[in-house]
Amino acid sequence: MSEPLVRLENVRFAYGERAILRGISLSIPRGKVVAIMGGSGCGKTTLLRLIGGQERAVGGRVTVDGQDVAGLGRDALYALRRRMGMLFQFGALFTDMSVFDNVAFPLREHTDLPAELINDLVMMKLHAVGLRGAAKLMPGELSGGMARRVALARTIALDPMLLMYDEPFTGLDPISLGVIGQLIRRLNDALGASSVIVTHDIQESLQIVDYIYFISEGRVVAEGTPDEIRNSADPFVSQFVHAQADGPVPFHYPAGDYATALVGGAG
Amino acid sequence: MADVFRKMGSMAINGIWQLGFIARFFWLILVYSGQSFTRIHLTLRELYFSGVMSLLIILVSGLFVGLVLGLQGYETLQRYGASDSLGTLVALSLVRELGPVVAGLLFASRAGSAVTAEIGLMKVTEQLKAMDMMAVSPIARVVAPRFWGGVISMPLLAALFSAMGVFGGWLIGVVVIGVDDGAFWAQMQDAVDFRYDVLNGVIKSGVFGVAVALIAVFEGYDCVPTAEGVSRAITRTVVSSALAILALDFVMTSFMFRG
Ligand SMILES: Nc1ncnc2c1ncn2[C@@H]1O[C@H](COP(=O)(O)OP(=O)(O)OP(=O)(O)O)[C@@H](O)[C@H]1O
Ligand SMILES: [Mg+2]
Repeated sequence: MSEPLVRLENVRFAYGERAILRGISLSIPRGKVVAIMGGSGCGKTTLLRLIGGQERAVGGRVTVDGQDVAGLGRDALYALRRRMGMLFQFGALFTDMSVFDNVAFPLREHTDLPAELINDLVMMKLHAVGLRGAAKLMPGELSGGMARRVALARTIALDPMLLMYDEPFTGLDPISLGVIGQLIRRLNDALGASSVIVTHDIQESLQIVDYIYFISEGRVVAEGTPDEIRNSADPFVSQFVHAQADGPVPFHYPAGDYATALVGGAG
Repeated sequence: MADVFRKMGSMAINGIWQLGFIARFFWLILVYSGQSFTRIHLTLRELYFSGVMSLLIILVSGLFVGLVLGLQGYETLQRYGASDSLGTLVALSLVRELGPVVAGLLFASRAGSAVTAEIGLMKVTEQLKAMDMMAVSPIARVVAPRFWGGVISMPLLAALFSAMGVFGGWLIGVVVIGVDDGAFWAQMQDAVDFRYDVLNGVIKSGVFGVAVALIAVFEGYDCVPTAEGVSRAITRTVVSSALAILALDFVMTSFMFRG
């Protein structure tokens, strides 16, 4: 088995005083699609930022393609990012550019391709997400789900080796959800890339991913292949798979006693 | 009492930190400015948004300031029987002071605030982070072109403001009140020195352009990424730009025009 594309070793991270990740170790093997799941606010987006080098770990090591991300200078980091694609949780489309220009942006910035070729590539990517007809619209004219699909097309524009998707399924209707899920899988296999999907959608993920990590309170609490997960007796896993509010994953952000808060005014 | 001093101290320290940040940011802009000129259409677009879109307010305000100067100037000068010097008075006030300063203030509130809002909103919606993640530097792609757009358009706008003001003064003085047309222009030509008056005025407006553009892009880039944060950043752009313009004007005037 070759060295995994991404490897996190005992990574710790905090925003100020608040520890978010408390020693996470996981790896994303080459050619595989890995899902990362966990409650809202448990640090999944932060984890992707660490892999992309936008945040630096307080402790531990993040390596991508053998390079220690935190140790890279700006140029080396940018060179690495050119081979990564990240779908942002809220799309992050450039609001002053049309859908077409958004998808063309990475191609225009990083290649010297002639305009016709860029046009063809952009249309191919838009076609893949089913929005070829929306090429001329501005981001403000798109629905949330459409915007996310455009962002997806932009993410894959440069055919990266590592694809990171932050909640690719939220806001999608069941049909697009299935199509996008399959697209993520097919892209990964066609490009020979590796993918990380951060998601809450366990049913969809079970169908398309190769491996799943569950995160809670800054640690990996369960992991396994979809088959192992389906048959798992682990309380974390079954809480997720069966969508129960009660279980080891807390629904509430850490707070004082509820009754005290109601009676006493502030918590 | 001790509290007051403590507060003043911490404000002073914060101010110095802020200056340090701005200076570092300025340096980064200069380092990443290459693209603004090699891909000139990026800068031209910003030149259009901050320069061309400010034209109307600059021209109209210039005209009104000129009209008022004409009225007030005539009223004062004719007491000393020097109403022929009206052209000199109008032109000198505009070229030396009012042109750069008032155009700068207008520019800060029209274009500076817009630039802050735009960059701030791009930050709120994570567009800057997404760009950075795509290995495109937001400073090179977003900030530097807006900075240069402001720096280039400011002196041009100030010049137009002054020209419009002189026209307004002429309109009131010569056309309405009846000051001698020939004297108006001849005295002006005699009294206004190209290097001493015009060039210094242009230098002033150039410095104001750098100050306003830098403050505007900095406040946008540095804002707290929320709706409230952006609105505060816009206010700070207008207020700090106005203070910077007036303070810099005093400093430059005391160096340039010592009689
Ligand atoms: N810029 C920031 N400053 C301070 N705290 C932050 C910041 N960004 C996120 N956090 C905190 O870090 C924690 C993890 O945030 P993160 O965005 O990684 O969560 P997430 O797992 O992606 O959640 P979701 O599923 O809701 O997107 C949250 O509890 C949040 O309060
Ligand atoms: Mg998130």
